[in-house]
Amino acid sequence: MIEAIITLTTLGMLLGLLLGIAAKRFKVEKDPLVEEIEALLPGSNCGQCGLAGCAIGAQAIVDGKAPITLCPPGGKALVRQLADKLKVDVDMSSLADKPPAFARVREEHCIGCTRCFKVCPTDAIIGAPKQIHSVLLNACNGCGSCAEVCPTSCVEIDPVKPTLGTWCWPKPVSAEHSSR
Amino acid sequence: MWSEALRRVWRRAVPTAHPKTWHFPGGLILPDRKALSTHTPLQSTPLSTHLYLPLRQHIGAAATPVVTMGDYVYREQLLARCEDPLGAHLHAPTSGWIEGQVEMAVPHPSGLRAPGLILQADGLHQRTPSPLLPIENPFNQPNARLRERMREAGIVGLGGAGFPTDRKNHPPEGLVIDTLIVNGAECEPYISCDDLLMRTQPEAILQGARLIRHLLGAARILVGIEDNKPQALAAMHQARTQWPTEHIDIITIPTRYPAGGERQLIYTLTGRMVPSGRLPAHSGVGCHNVGTLAAIAQAVYAGQPLISRIVTVSGHGVRQPGNFQVAIGTPVSALIAAAGGYRERAPRLIQGGPMMGFALAHDQLPIIKTSNCILVPGKEELGHPRPAQACIRCGACQPVCPAQLLPQQLYWFAKAQDFAALEDYHLFDCIECGCCAYVCPSHIPLVQYYRFAKHSIRTQQQERRSAAEARQRYEHRQQRLQREAQLKAQRRAKRKTPTPKPSPPASKASDNAHSDAH
Ligand code: SF4
Ligand code: SF4
Repeated sequence: MIEAIITLTTLGMLLGLLLGIAAKRFKVEKDPLVEEIEALLPGSNCGQCGLAGCAIGAQAIVDGKAPITLCPPGGKALVRQLADKLKVDVDMSSLADKPPAFARVREEHCIGCTRCFKVCPTDAIIGAPKQIHSVLLNACNGCGSCAEVCPTSCVEIDPVKPTLGTWCWPKPVSAEHSSR
Repeated sequence: MWSEALRRVWRRAVPTAHPKTWHFPGGLILPDRKALSTHTPLQSTPLSTHLYLPLRQHIGAAATPVVTMGDYVYREQLLARCEDPLGAHLHAPTSGWIEGQVEMAVPHPSGLRAPGLILQADGLHQRTPSPLLPIENPFNQPNARLRERMREAGIVGLGGAGFPTDRKNHPPEGLVIDTLIVNGAECEPYISCDDLLMRTQPEAILQGARLIRHLLGAARILVGIEDNKPQALAAMHQARTQWPTEHIDIITIPTRYPAGGERQLIYTLTGRMVPSGRLPAHSGVGCHNVGTLAAIAQAVYAGQPLISRIVTVSGHGVRQPGNFQVAIGTPVSALIAAAGGYRERAPRLIQGGPMMGFALAHDQLPIIKTSNCILVPGKEELGHPRPAQACIRCGACQPVCPAQLLPQQLYWFAKAQDFAALEDYHLFDCIECGCCAYVCPSHIPLVQYYRFAKHSIRTQQQERRSAAEARQRYEHRQQRLQREAQLKAQRRAKRKTPTPKPSPPASKASDNAHSDAH
């Protein structure tokens, strides 16, 4: 018993050390452009682009393997930023302007299955088996992963209503010829 | 020491010695419309039966109510507390019953509704049995006590955006402030509430100024008043004689819009340019509106929280324009009624002045702490908003900009949403005075473009911050999952190793491992 614990712990430590050294020694220099693009992406690693996270998505964009419209949670605003950064033109008319949103659990239908809690990439859901789950609004970024897995469809993605503090002046609609 | 004594002698001998003023760049001479509302004395408005008190009358977070539906409240009783340092407390303007908390229409350019309390007035004006007490010997009190009083009394800047006064009087450590500037310029055409305040309560303004000077450790007080307010100037000069030995200068400045802008007034009176992105405190200056200072004096010497203010009602669209002492929460419709009612059937309503104000959709909105003017222009008064034409690059907007920006460039960048370039061109130094839009021959709503761009930039910054947070949470989650997997593996290994002692039933152990892993 004791021996097993000791062996495993030492083994774990040694392997960890090895990994650490390897990470330092064989460090791959990241492309600065990839890093910049990664900083623009929402960072929740929700996987809705079909890739394994925002870092990989950023790499794919730079390699030209993914379109800059890949990220559903980022919406139109993100596409615009990416287009500016990469100096490419996109047709924005087909894209919907996605307002910021967050998930909400309709408590009367929650059966406490913990599925949403397990998929949330930002750990924004608190819950336990057979307990009603709920969402920490500050941590949720509305990616919608939880709504997809809920067996009773009780997770709703609600748009964030603007308040006096978050309301923005709209862009004036001009009669003149608009450049974008 | 000697120079000070000499200066005093000089001041006594030559009371009209005119302190030097500086000429700020840009600006406009606008047609004066103040006479419209200044020929009548300050009037009080009859108390409305219902007062509407939004919980957010300032920047920062909304206040949290400490009373509930059905409560009887006294005048000056605390109704809502705000723990956010950028917000302020809210007090009952009169006695009555709380009818509840609702989403109400509030004066805001967005036209959004926001939570607020409805107070049904009983008309008795009963003062609370436990009011704030006057502060004895305020000049011997620690600064923290004075700041706390401003907070207790819910005082925010009455001239502009409603920045909490205690915060404003807490400059960053290590800055020496030598001058307190009192803003009595009131440069918007039409608005005259500060004018009337200076005529009627000059002592209160100077008392407040002396308190703030003491608090900031400043040596002198410079009061800047535009030369189109001779009566206010006379009253302030008169009140000033109460403190003959103190360095208080009442300075007449030329009438030129926007002389009342904080940076413009500081430059006019001291010749100091507050650098881009810095506070006035970095230039050794504190600056307050006259209304705010009078409110501070009231709070300190009389223990009265901010529950009413002076509001100008002006424009050819009302029958009897004038200035009114109004309880916070009074509906605009009641105020208009006190001013004789509308002249026309479908009036336009503006809160603030024609240059920096915003349109109100209707008059069922309350007066809040930052409402300085309700403007009801007549049909032909301000001209119809004309459709914008293309920019002809005439350059007229550039020389009038008091912040010395390039409005045309800012316009092109805002239109193209080139936010990086906007920041390079100092968009955030724009004070939204509207001079550029006023002179633009193509009637381009320039200020609206700048506001749109400022908000978009702030939203983008906010999004970057939350993306960084999301990334962090994701990484923590990955670490947690790894840790859990490791633990699980360890347990499994533990179970597999044969031990001399009899092991517990396998099913139970696996149960434990399972539930722990959640
Ligand atoms: S709570 Fe739902 S929507 Fe919010 S981050 Fe988690 S999975 Fe995405
Ligand atoms: S609104 Fe801004 S850009 Fe226009 S004149 Fe005023 S400070 Fe300058």
